[in-house]
Amino acid sequence: MLKDQDRIFTNLYGNQGWELDAAQARGDWDGTKALISKGRHWICEEIKASGLRGRGGAGFSTGLKWSFMPKEPTGRMHYLVVNADEGEPGTCKDRDMMRNEPHKLVEGCLLAGAGMGANAAYIYIRGEFYREAEHLQAAIDQAYEAGLIGKNACGSGFVFDVYLHRGAGAYICGEEMALIESLEGKKGQPRLKPPFPAAMGLYGCPTTVNNVETIAVVPTILRRGASWFSAFGRENNTGTKVFCISGHVNNPCNVEEEMSIPLRELIERHAGGVQGGWENLKAIIPGGSSVPMLPKSICDNVLMDYDSLREQQSGLGTAAVIVMDKSTDLIAAIARLSKFYKHESCGQCTPCREGTGWMWRVMERLVTGDAEINEIDSLLEVSKQIEGHTICALGDAAAWPIQGLMRHFRNEVEERILSKNKVTPAAA
Amino acid sequence: MTDIIQPDSFEFTTDMLSEANKIIARYPEGRQASAVMPLLDLAQRQNDGWLPRAAMDHVADILGMPKIRVYEVATFYTMYNLQPVGEHVVQVCTTTPCALRGAEKVLHTIKTELGVETGGTTSDGKFTVLEVECLGACVNAPMIQIDDDYYEDLDELSTKKVLDSFKKGEKPAPGPQNGRTGSEPKGGPTVLTGNI
Repeated sequence: MLKDQDRIFTNLYGNQGWELDAAQARGDWDGTKALISKGRHWICEEIKASGLRGRGGAGFSTGLKWSFMPKEPTGRMHYLVVNADEGEPGTCKDRDMMRNEPHKLVEGCLLAGAGMGANAAYIYIRGEFYREAEHLQAAIDQAYEAGLIGKNACGSGFVFDVYLHRGAGAYICGEEMALIESLEGKKGQPRLKPPFPAAMGLYGCPTTVNNVETIAVVPTILRRGASWFSAFGRENNTGTKVFCISGHVNNPCNVEEEMSIPLRELIERHAGGVQGGWENLKAIIPGGSSVPMLPKSICDNVLMDYDSLREQQSGLGTAAVIVMDKSTDLIAAIARLSKFYKHESCGQCTPCREGTGWMWRVMERLVTGDAEINEIDSLLEVSKQIEGHTICALGDAAAWPIQGLMRHFRNEVEERILSKNKVTPAAA
Repeated sequence: MTDIIQPDSFEFTTDMLSEANKIIARYPEGRQASAVMPLLDLAQRQNDGWLPRAAMDHVADILGMPKIRVYEVATFYTMYNLQPVGEHVVQVCTTTPCALRGAEKVLHTIKTELGVETGGTTSDGKFTVLEVECLGACVNAPMIQIDDDYYEDLDELSTKKVLDSFKKGEKPAPGPQNGRTGSEPKGGPTVLTGNI
């Protein structure tokens, strides 16, 4: 188990203050000037060497992403945009960081900005996080007042501004191009890539979009060293990670653990185990609603990291573990997610706009068994026609939960249809 | 929708206008349109929680945006209420992580206690009940949002208690309603137990 002294978010639960003095007492803003003075190249290389991969779901190498930004000034602004639009069902880690550790994020913005050659950051926080936005805005104000950010950040001579932008309720704005559109004052509809944001992002300027957790861990990595961070987890899956454990466990919680921790150990050590015991487990969605579920047989031994979950045709995603015990109607659980994606489709691409609604309606009939067996295959066929055929990944995200259900629990879906069909003729 | 009485005009109060100007200053010259979402939010707050057409027009004027662009934004995002709402807006999350832990019971309790269906407003104009998608507090499920605050770790009894307080004109303490203080496991954290 990760030792307490190796945890980055020592105030994850908010037992201590979140303001500047409390944050400094925890080690935030310590030696920031010296880190900036080591230069852009050093910061970027250190993050690359740490093995940090994006914590928002896609898992792309953070240092590598930063290196896509223009090497020299372009005469335009260069932006860091922080994706704080946390909305993936199951996920509530960024919320804790923003309400309890906002200075880690603000300092992270500054150091990430220095590491990618950006001079301003916009933090796009979901509108519903009103109280979290209050803390974050206060932390930004405190940092300005203390000279930690602004015209001469930490006395380093580096100019860096941080602004907070509140969203207004749209899951799709967690997609980086939709987020940029929204930040520009438009509907949150994703843009086609290329051009990628590093070439043409916010206001047409070079931009990097990173998740809250990705940015908030940067100061600690730089202070303690890339090798400290990369010592946790497996090769290519390094570091610590905040996991969200929800659903049918005795004690749902967020917890920072070592990457690659076995799923079962994570649940039993921190969340009080599955309700009714491990044998009562039916399935787990290991990385937020978008990733395919895994049956108990795989959960028994799977490790919580990018590569291990990918091998099982699922994914680490946001590391939001949704646990479902044997009492769960899995078909209904996935049908509810289908309704979510139908609600959240931005309507821009036809396969997603029409497909998410179509899949949801079929899923609703599968819940009651009011369907034909061959509709399972046509549902899977349609899910394949949506997957990969839309501008952004929302179409994929809507398809995968259904594919995961059918991959592992098709027999249950079939049984429900058969038992319903047995009853129906007599009733009719 | 047709029977909504739209006010003829809307203008920010002096305080709201100065707040709006502070927000506009966060964006580069010529990019004031970026402020459209926060300004619509301010307008909604000034206008008893809903956004009339006149307020959208006022925001469009301030930001120099075509009105249609503001309407597009106001109708795209779920947090803008385009019709009058009750004094308190109760948003009930029913997405899967909340559903697994009893969101249906919470929703049922709220509908029964207030005597309204989802989307409805109580006859005394005090509460509007909405069913919403994931609010991002899944390890404290089931949960609801009332106005700007989250009420978490609910069951039927605590939901009723929270509503009763609001009915009496009080504001109950937000956050978990089962003794937790945050996202730590119930009964105490398994980590960060000492002084670090």
